[in-house]
Amino acid sequence: MIRNDVTITPELVAEHGLKPDEYQRILDLIGREPTLTELGIFSAMWNEHCSYKSSKKWLRTLPTTGDRVICGPGENAGVVDIGDGQAIIFKMESHNHPSYIEPHQGAATGVGGILRDVFTMGARPIAALNALRFGEPSHPRTQHIVAGVVAGVGGYGNSFGVPTIGGEVNFDPSYNGNCLVNAFAAGLADTDKIFYSEAKGVGLPLVYLGSKTGRDGIHGATMASAEFDHDTEEKRPTVQIGDPFSEKLLLEACLELMASGAVIAIQDMGAAGLTCSAVEMGAKGGLGVELNLDMVPCRETGMSAYEMMLSESQERMLMVLDPKREKDAEAIFHKWGLDFAVIGKTTDDLRFRVMRHGELMADLPIKDLGDQAPEYDRPWIATPKRNAVAIGDVPAPNDLGETLATMLALPDMCSRRWVWEQYDHLIQGNTAIGPGGDAAVIRIGEGPKALAFTLDVTPRYCAADPVEGGKQAVAECWRNLSAVGAEPLAITDNLNFGNPEKPEIMGQFVGCIQGIGEACRALDFPVVSGNVSLYNETNGKGILPTPAIGAVGLLPDVSQRATVAFKAADETIVLIGETTGHLGQSIYLRDILGRRDEGTAPVVDLAAERLHGNFVRSEIRAGSLTAVHDISDGGIFVALAEMAMAGGMGATLSTPDDLPLHAWGFGEDQGRYLVTLPEKALAHFLGRAEMANVPAICIGQTGGKQLTLGAGTPISLERLTQAHEGWLPNYMAQAVEV
Amino acid sequence: MKSAVIVFPGSNRERDMLYALELITGVKPVAVWHTETTLPDVDLVVLPGGFSYGDYLRTGAIAGRANIMTDVARKAKAGTRIMGVCNGFQILCEAGLLPGVLMRNAQLKFVCKEVGLEVANAKTDFTSKYSEGQVWHCPVAHGDGNYFASPEDLARLEGEGQVVLRYAKGENPNGSLNDIAGIINDRGNVFGMMPHPENMIEPLNGATDGRVLFESVLEAVA
Repeated sequence: MIRNDVTITPELVAEHGLKPDEYQRILDLIGREPTLTELGIFSAMWNEHCSYKSSKKWLRTLPTTGDRVICGPGENAGVVDIGDGQAIIFKMESHNHPSYIEPHQGAATGVGGILRDVFTMGARPIAALNALRFGEPSHPRTQHIVAGVVAGVGGYGNSFGVPTIGGEVNFDPSYNGNCLVNAFAAGLADTDKIFYSEAKGVGLPLVYLGSKTGRDGIHGATMASAEFDHDTEEKRPTVQIGDPFSEKLLLEACLELMASGAVIAIQDMGAAGLTCSAVEMGAKGGLGVELNLDMVPCRETGMSAYEMMLSESQERMLMVLDPKREKDAEAIFHKWGLDFAVIGKTTDDLRFRVMRHGELMADLPIKDLGDQAPEYDRPWIATPKRNAVAIGDVPAPNDLGETLATMLALPDMCSRRWVWEQYDHLIQGNTAIGPGGDAAVIRIGEGPKALAFTLDVTPRYCAADPVEGGKQAVAECWRNLSAVGAEPLAITDNLNFGNPEKPEIMGQFVGCIQGIGEACRALDFPVVSGNVSLYNETNGKGILPTPAIGAVGLLPDVSQRATVAFKAADETIVLIGETTGHLGQSIYLRDILGRRDEGTAPVVDLAAERLHGNFVRSEIRAGSLTAVHDISDGGIFVALAEMAMAGGMGATLSTPDDLPLHAWGFGEDQGRYLVTLPEKALAHFLGRAEMANVPAICIGQTGGKQLTLGAGTPISLERLTQAHEGWLPNYMAQAVEV
Repeated sequence: MKSAVIVFPGSNRERDMLYALELITGVKPVAVWHTETTLPDVDLVVLPGGFSYGDYLRTGAIAGRANIMTDVARKAKAGTRIMGVCNGFQILCEAGLLPGVLMRNAQLKFVCKEVGLEVANAKTDFTSKYSEGQVWHCPVAHGDGNYFASPEDLARLEGEGQVVLRYAKGENPNGSLNDIAGIINDRGNVFGMMPHPENMIEPLNGATDGRVLFESVLEAVA
């Protein structure tokens, strides 16, 4: 029996985020009352964030394998083969709750955490992206959160030295009390030098590396598994502090150590810090772990075992080292000025033992901490179908050009330049397409290969129809990659939802997973890593369902890539895909007419999506297209305006005769692209499209300094650009009354 | 041309610089760790961009006092060409090898974008292959690029042609005095600039304007 100085009361159990039946499960498993340290360990391992207890059942339905998949979900990040003995390692992860409480540090440590996930596996990070969702602009906290999050993301990535090359920024009242910060990172490794967390060998030293342990972030993962209320501000001490300088040193030291051959297994200390990393390494390898906390480098004095096991101090790693190489390893870490300490060893008895000041503080069955975590089949109800909106019930604007200018200046549609100019998107010198396009493209080494990256989801579609919304998020990523000429390889998902204990929220989750799964199967686009963030609620109100998808594609030759900008005058503009004028859940309906959440979400025809994408990609690679842009929010008109603004060149469109112009131009049908090509190449191009069974029609010509949208009054490019570029900097410069 | 790139803890564009130097000079540069006390015998010493020591005290302040800097100062005195880019420029100022200081950007935000650079002096070893008044394009990526010097120092820099590069009219990204983007010491062998020519050397970068700077040094050495 080990000493327990603290009586475990029901209140204490509740404070640790454990339900009474979950506590009973602990008592049944260990056959006695847990110590406070043990209770803390259980709470860290069994919270939603670490155990996926509400989501596991559904996550299992996602396709996770494929010809190129080297390692799917379950490790620090997913690993995908890109040929020539190289692999891309990537993942996306949320840091929502900390970012709302302390935007700068919350976002910074989100970036730090995901970079660590990638380099823990032996990869040098080559790209970072982020999907950010904020409350409505008029909410008193929004501007402060935007400023802090962007500075935090930039501050960490810029100093660490990874190009931050893209992502998403959205505003919606549902995020007023709960912003979303989803950070994506990708790194490059050799396929024969990938490192995993599974410990191997009994009696081997467990080595602690990196920064010292402090009292920051204690119970961060538990906080991330709870709803917010008015006392959220008091949780500020649970937010970790990031140090990108230490992370950069840790990266270089780890890669140097890995190259030396001394590393047997490695795991970064992320959520639930030392607890989670040590248990995972042992449990995966079928080994026990014994920790002597007296050896842990501490930043503060007098830390208890409880605090040390739950600290989420950043920039720390745990490794199992080849004992023969311990001295070499220590020298490498000391060269980089980082702490290095042997803090324990692997054992053969499958126990997780924690010693402090010579006393046994915890003695638990290691497998049960993970495997025996509760798993729930939570009740769910399907989201009711919305009623369709007929085109005839949606009035046309008085002035099409001015409406387009208004749309381009909407918070959700305006240029994000103010954001990405604060991110170093050029470091490493391989950025072929930076922020602002359909997908960002990074050259691999000295080329000619390159990788494309994109993040996407349309939360309003997911709210209206979780299945179609889930499909659409995956399909749009696939489309974005195809639009630059990349072959889509695999995705990572970051599933942000409200409280899963509410059947309607759980219904959104189940629906989105179903849609994501369908799309991934139809497009051969497996899920190789991911993260679930639930309880994104404030005072009982959930966020829009936001299953953000991050996707990676491969370009065999970086010179065969397409960009959105118009290149020359008098070129032909061709519309690829079927246009029905779908205005349900469109930006036009929501923001121009103020009819929020009306109509059905657009349906994604996955077979057509695949056909159109393959066709566009093959044409890009054949060099026949001069510009390519996928059509999404705001429809044809917005896509056209973006191509025109990027190229500094206008266009004239011909009017369709079968649909009202506003439905044709602002409708959000899926599976579509706009492309340009020289006029003389048009006939052959349309012939190839017909052969491939891909709808393609010529809709206009490039040229001039204005957009002429059918019969309407032309609008100048200058006016559109001013509107598009102006909103965000103006909003951020406003004095806010708090 | 033989070259060396000094690596400080927190340097993060050293790989970009090593790549650019090898690509353009055809000779692999030597990476020198900050704890070393002697530089190899080279024609050009480069202090690369980054966040040495996290920029935690003041940009370049700690690196400016690193072990290797004693030999950098010695080499500078002996006439070896020294170039500092971004954090390297900040370090050269902190080490007293160039006058002035780089303060926080006027907008108080990190800025990464392409800007126009006007060649204010094409008679230096670092700019001889540009023409005077030429505007070329180059990315900046920094939070502390706001150049400041005392009125006396500034008058001397301007009077002696030591201002080598200026941000093109209306393109100053950081509020630096007289739009200064790059300066050289009075002897003409120690040069610092905030923008990143090493990220503007191949068609992939959108243009190759930065290459000309390296080719100028190459020609000066030959």
